[in-house]
Amino acid sequence: MTDVRDEQVTALLDRIVSGGPVEFDGLRASAGDDTYAIEAAETTHEGVSEAEFREAARTDHIAPYVTNWYYWAEVVGRRGRHRRAFLRHAEAATDHTVPERYDALDGGMKTEWGDLVVTATLGEAGHRRYEIRHVDDAGADPADLDPYHDPLAARELSTYDDQGRYRPLRTAPSLVSGWVFADLDGRDAVETLDTLYPASVANWNLEREGELDVTHWRETADRQTGIYGVVEELPAEAVEWVAESCCVDSECLKRREWEYDSDHELEADGGTGAFPCREPCSLVVAAARRWTKLEEEESRTYEFELTPSEKEQIEAIIDAVADGRIDEIREADVYEGANRYRTRFLRAKQFDDEGNLAGVPTDPHEHGHHGHGDH
Amino acid sequence: MQALVIVAHGSHLNPDSSTPTHQHADTIRATGAFDEVKTGFWKEEPSLREVLRTVESEEVYVVPLFISEGYFTEQVIPRELRLSGWDVSEWASDGLSADTATLTAGDTGQTVHYCGPVGTHEAMTDVLVRRAETVTGDPDVGDGFGFAVVGHGTERNENSAKAIEYHADRVREMDRFDEVQALYMDEEPEVDDVTDYFESEDVVVVPLFVADGFHTQEDIPEDMGLTDDYRTGYDVPATVDDRRIWYAGAVGTEGLTADVVLERASEAGASIDAAIATIREETRETEVAGD
Repeated sequence: MTDVRDEQVTALLDRIVSGGPVEFDGLRASAGDDTYAIEAAETTHEGVSEAEFREAARTDHIAPYVTNWYYWAEVVGRRGRHRRAFLRHAEAATDHTVPERYDALDGGMKTEWGDLVVTATLGEAGHRRYEIRHVDDAGADPADLDPYHDPLAARELSTYDDQGRYRPLRTAPSLVSGWVFADLDGRDAVETLDTLYPASVANWNLEREGELDVTHWRETADRQTGIYGVVEELPAEAVEWVAESCCVDSECLKRREWEYDSDHELEADGGTGAFPCREPCSLVVAAARRWTKLEEEESRTYEFELTPSEKEQIEAIIDAVADGRIDEIREADVYEGANRYRTRFLRAKQFDDEGNLAGVPTDPHEHGHHGHGDH
Repeated sequence: MQALVIVAHGSHLNPDSSTPTHQHADTIRATGAFDEVKTGFWKEEPSLREVLRTVESEEVYVVPLFISEGYFTEQVIPRELRLSGWDVSEWASDGLSADTATLTAGDTGQTVHYCGPVGTHEAMTDVLVRRAETVTGDPDVGDGFGFAVVGHGTERNENSAKAIEYHADRVREMDRFDEVQALYMDEEPEVDDVTDYFESEDVVVVPLFVADGFHTQEDIPEDMGLTDDYRTGYDVPATVDDRRIWYAGAVGTEGLTADVVLERASEAGASIDAAIATIREETRETEVAGD
């Protein structure tokens, strides 16, 4: 049974008297000259007095529709277009009737959002409450998770990964787990999501409404100035490698919607994320700048003497670094090419004093190892 | 509904870069002066390209947490925010006097009051002095003290030095410190020679930088001889050539910087006078005589 508060019925009356008829999520209400009408769940009260209207609004059939109207009209409102759309989405509002939703909200309705799970529940008098936690903690007892209340606390939570390293990309799949925002209102819930995954709610909704402004690679590159002006020279083939390197689900939870340009799609997997990526981000542009400079180099032929196992080991090391698996390789597992001892053995055998692989200098006219370039 | 958006550079490598931006946003948010307070970054998220769509208000005051006018305030920020019809002449600035321009954001349709950077606002002089109070723990610091404002120099941006000179002149006019000097990292007078430029036994050194990072935490302390290796830290004050150097770190980390952000928004038309008065008091870390 839903409790309706007097102020909620009063708000509905005020609204139909001054703002005209209400028709929302299966509730119809209107005011005539000293008479009122309210209808929901196939129950109609027409030509009734204000007192009868108030009484009807409190009946078991109609009450949920009134509190539902109050929540969406008065609590959430329409000012925050993207916020409202997300909160409606969190209870599948367009697919289910109010009683169905209230039943489902009693048990909690879940929405996955990147590495997060948002659970919408019913609070007092039809108010919704939202819980946000890491998807890895989906089955955890809330008492075992660190409790948070302020959306801004999400900023600290998302700044470092579980090894204490800075996360410059908020949508990287490296968000720490072990925390819960147990009881948020709609505004704070969206604020929390927007702190963990900035602009994700707005871009998701713009896409949903067919208004997402995708900026493709070519346009993004052409817009750059200053030290990033060079990225427009990155060959199209290399843009494909950029997307494959940086924008797949293992690296970023956004779903890449930008392509090379509006006529040329990239083959790399854009991912399956809930929210879109509408243009190459600053990390991609900064990395592309480096690759633009590196790709200007001409290839050369080097001759190395390696055993077949050594060749495969180099490939295994590249794979382990690229897949972020270094920490998973056990200390004594010398069967793994990227094992530290195996790698140290390879270096001891194959590097000369200057750090050249198989003693082959990088530049045939120079000796010595070339290290890092500019930043 | 009016919103404040503080825009800053941010960093892919250094998490401290955006700390002051968040800190000042939190301070201003707590005053309730704006319906919304958001942050946007060149190198972090939300990006300058997407920050406005996270703002629900139709009226947005954008304040750059940058030290001087130049490439970022004149080109990068307006371009990335998609401020339609922006032209630097809208500010009619001599390099120090950018105040505000009202434009429309091309993607969201919001009215954006695009303000000049915090670093060139006259109220930043008060923040420099407040920084000296904080680092010495003395709300009346001045007598017997020299005061140095440190900047990058003109190598990358001629307006950078203008801002340093401007504030050094204003601190000098206060007649509060025995000596005031502008110093630079990459030109004369150099911060390396700080003790050559002061006779006072105590010198407060405040870098006019938005955030602590490579320059303020590594270069300047080593250049001044506060430490041989920044990783081992330095004392405050540290003794160099028989002088006590009170090195303050980036001025932008001082809480009162939030006041400069508000001043910019207020001058652009935001109605926030009460919040300004609150912040001036609440960000003070030293006790005022009589408290």
